[in-house]
Amino acid sequence: MPSSELAGPIETEGVGLGPAKPRAIKLDGSDMVIRSISYLTITLFALFCLLPFVLMLSASLSSEAAIMKSGFGILPKDFSLAAYEWIFKAPRQIIGSYVVTIVMTVFGTAIGLFIISMTGYALHRKDFPFRNHISFFIYFTTLFSAGLAPTFLWVARDLGLRGNYLAVFLQLLMTPWLIILMKNFMRTVPYEIIESGKVDGAGDFRIFAQLCLPMMKPALATIGLFLALGYWNEWYLSSLYLGSTVEFKPLQYHLYNIINTANALRNSVAGSNVSVTALPSNTLKMASAIVATGPILLLYPFVQKYFVSGITIGAVKG
Amino acid sequence: MLLLMCVPAIIFFVVFNYMPLPGAWIAFTNFNYRDGIFGSPFVGFKNFEFLIKSGQLWMLTRNTILYNLAFIVLGNLLQIAIAVMLNEVRLAWFKKVSQAAMFLPFFISSVLVGVIAFNLLNYDTGALNALIRQTGGDPIKIYSTAGAWPLIIILVHLWQSTGYGSIVYFAAIMGIDRSLYEAATVDGASAWQRIRYVTLPSLKPTFIILVLFSLGGIMHGNFGLFWNLVGNNAALFQTTDIIETSVYRMVLAQNNFTTSTAVGLYQSLFGFALVMTANWIVRRINKDYALF
Repeated sequence: MPSSELAGPIETEGVGLGPAKPRAIKLDGSDMVIRSISYLTITLFALFCLLPFVLMLSASLSSEAAIMKSGFGILPKDFSLAAYEWIFKAPRQIIGSYVVTIVMTVFGTAIGLFIISMTGYALHRKDFPFRNHISFFIYFTTLFSAGLAPTFLWVARDLGLRGNYLAVFLQLLMTPWLIILMKNFMRTVPYEIIESGKVDGAGDFRIFAQLCLPMMKPALATIGLFLALGYWNEWYLSSLYLGSTVEFKPLQYHLYNIINTANALRNSVAGSNVSVTALPSNTLKMASAIVATGPILLLYPFVQKYFVSGITIGAVKG
Repeated sequence: MLLLMCVPAIIFFVVFNYMPLPGAWIAFTNFNYRDGIFGSPFVGFKNFEFLIKSGQLWMLTRNTILYNLAFIVLGNLLQIAIAVMLNEVRLAWFKKVSQAAMFLPFFISSVLVGVIAFNLLNYDTGALNALIRQTGGDPIKIYSTAGAWPLIIILVHLWQSTGYGSIVYFAAIMGIDRSLYEAATVDGASAWQRIRYVTLPSLKPTFIILVLFSLGGIMHGNFGLFWNLVGNNAALFQTTDIIETSVYRMVLAQNNFTTSTAVGLYQSLFGFALVMTANWIVRRINKDYALF
């Protein structure tokens, strides 16, 4: 690196305005180039991330005939709310799915968050003699698992949970990774606080609930969001354990079934030259997708602030 | 009392993770529902022999590992690039808005990812083919072209995971001592040189750790993504079938518990060996970063 080049462009920005701002770095040609590239690339990548959502939204607002004629596009073609009207004309199924998903998401997130934070708190306490044993006991499950078939047989056959919402609800309550993340978060609570609680004669549970939890907002928001996403986006366990045995399928599994009917048709004609005009309505699929996804996306702006800081703290390994 | 607080979690992992473990015995039996796991006749390594002879195990291992390698290498590079560029951005609102946009794909279910891909790629109404038709080209039958799918799956994976993954790197950049940048500037370093000699070297530990950790999971695929993009489309299996999708198909569609358990056991053992190896490597590089 050349170090003699001191006569760069004179910095006029902060001169005479008290102490220089720490961020005041000189702008030369290379800064401008890199900065322009950054803005441009990030704009393009952000648009790339958004584009599919735009296509989906516009398709759901187009008429079926226009889609069949000219395909999906960025702007709605021949604007129409027919697909949404169709969904809500016989709303029994979709409302049932909403109720199932919302109940699971709310209770699953609350109960999961409680157990995860309690466990994370105990495992983080240096004076807890079994902390390493239990940590390894939990972590080991990520190293070695019985696999899908034995787990399925155990839960469906031996526990008798086939066709029971509990099979889905319980298995999503926690993951080793979320507990480890919570344990890492707990390190941001100064030990003096726990100490002072002890001196004041508070029990472990009281220290946890009244002293630690209120300081854990970013952690609770982050892990709560992961849990809520897990419950809201769930379709896999439903396909294994619920199948067609329940009347109201969780939202994403309901959507999966709508799409899957189309997929089976699509595959049967994939090799041939037959046009797939017999498929269920395209716009209807898109509208169902929007209806099934909307609420969890609306949640995001409220937790973004916590989420980013949450990942930042939790990602540091310890 | 602290032990009591761990009890719900312990019960959870015993019930859902430890209790099914003996069931892996199915891999060595000719399982039938009536006789149960330990009543069914023992057949030794027959199930594995069948898998190896059919070439299925090799194809599944190859696909699973190659996809994960591509995800790890390309994913990390893109995440680092985005994080570094995000660090150059000064406008707070731009940072916020673009981050929110890049995050969005992380929030949707894999079912929806499959729907979106279908919108873009299908023969009749897909946006891609609509574009090709408008420009006078011949539309492509993507859902029967196996060769196109590695590219598609990798792109979709990057689309969904980059925004989220770049946060960890961005956090690492935020943690770099600002005086390093000031010193570099005083020494006359250009913006590119600051990235090259300050930012990137500081990201090395994070990079190594993330890569080694993901190497441990290299036998585990992103099931939801593969299943919802490809599903039961046998025309594409040669390039798209991974261990998890094939196990899922065996269990759900064919009720084939023996073969699927054998594949699952192979996956677990092989993956376990890989985690141990990765952990051993991490320990040698830096003891603090090791998992255990």
